[in-house]
Amino acid sequence: MEIKEQDSRLCGDYIMTLADNSLILSHRLGELCGHAPALETDIALTNISLDLLGQVRNYYQYAADLVGGGKTEDDLAFLRLENEYKNCLLVEQPNTDFGYVMVRQYFFDVFHLLILQELEHSTDETLSAIAKKSIKEVSYHKRFSGDWIKRLGDGTEESNRRVQQAVNDLWEYTDELFQMTEVEKQAVSQGMGVDLLRLKAAYYNEIKELLQEATLTIPDSPYFQYGGKEGIHSEYMGYILAELQYMQRTYPNMKW
Amino acid sequence: MTENNNQSNSFGQGEASKTRKNWPLWEVFVRSKNGLEHRHFGSLHAADAEMALQNARDVYTRRNEGVSIWVVESKYITANNPDEAGELFEPAKSKVYRHPTFYELPDEVKHM
Repeated sequence: MEIKEQDSRLCGDYIMTLADNSLILSHRLGELCGHAPALETDIALTNISLDLLGQVRNYYQYAADLVGGGKTEDDLAFLRLENEYKNCLLVEQPNTDFGYVMVRQYFFDVFHLLILQELEHSTDETLSAIAKKSIKEVSYHKRFSGDWIKRLGDGTEESNRRVQQAVNDLWEYTDELFQMTEVEKQAVSQGMGVDLLRLKAAYYNEIKELLQEATLTIPDSPYFQYGGKEGIHSEYMGYILAELQYMQRTYPNMKW
Repeated sequence: MTENNNQSNSFGQGEASKTRKNWPLWEVFVRSKNGLEHRHFGSLHAADAEMALQNARDVYTRRNEGVSIWVVESKYITANNPDEAGELFEPAKSKVYRHPTFYELPDEVKHM
């Protein structure tokens, strides 16, 4: 498919809004390697981290081609400035405890599956193919995280208290998932992007249903935080990028 | 396993670790794409059957080893006592009449 230069630029920018979420979340999950509460959970979480990272590589390889100028996937992953990353705030949140890890994961997974199911119908063939391949992986992520929310919510008094705390704290980061930036609006008008506002009702319905099943209360606060998708990140982002970018910046062009 | 169960780390493993020790052990059997039977792959801990299946999928099928998983709580597997292996299995070694080898097959059924 012939893509004009302007369209290439737009597509490349659009890909960042999709892939950066998975990059940062994959990093957060990677921090848990060796630190999860059980051996089996450790392997499961790092598997999820690697699944996401594999998807990110597909996106960045494509974006690197579009951006041109000799850029590679590594440049996009490791060498951007903080305000050039377009991930949402939710995925930056720390691994406070297992409840937080699972709630953050579940809040993201529901969104992730919904957007991939739409992206499968993108007019851009590559994005459509990446989405199609990712759907099976993300379906499993959602099943895994959803099952854990149910176990923790409908578990002991302590597990219910902790996961409720996580739900209350992370709720304010959910609305940003559906915020449409200028780039995303243009991508939709070109047919390659997903209209996030159409996913919002389904998202909250699904989450509320599961939280109820998990005997958790649904927060009703109208206050939400935004900024990540515009490149304005939380304080955590600095520390995340410091770790993520360290090797590439210290040893430029290093390869395995 | 640490002796001190009262220390709480960021994953809330104070009281909870006493409960986690009660996760039963499960045996995992996996059938590969080309296989006809489920083979024993190993064991893991899980709180219940669904979790055991998910854990088995995460731990034992990372490298495309299989297409079907069975999990059984270890307590439901009964095995023979190795000390009794002699009286259980050795008598079968020298009973050649139990093997179907003493008649000739006609040519028509040579590929039996």
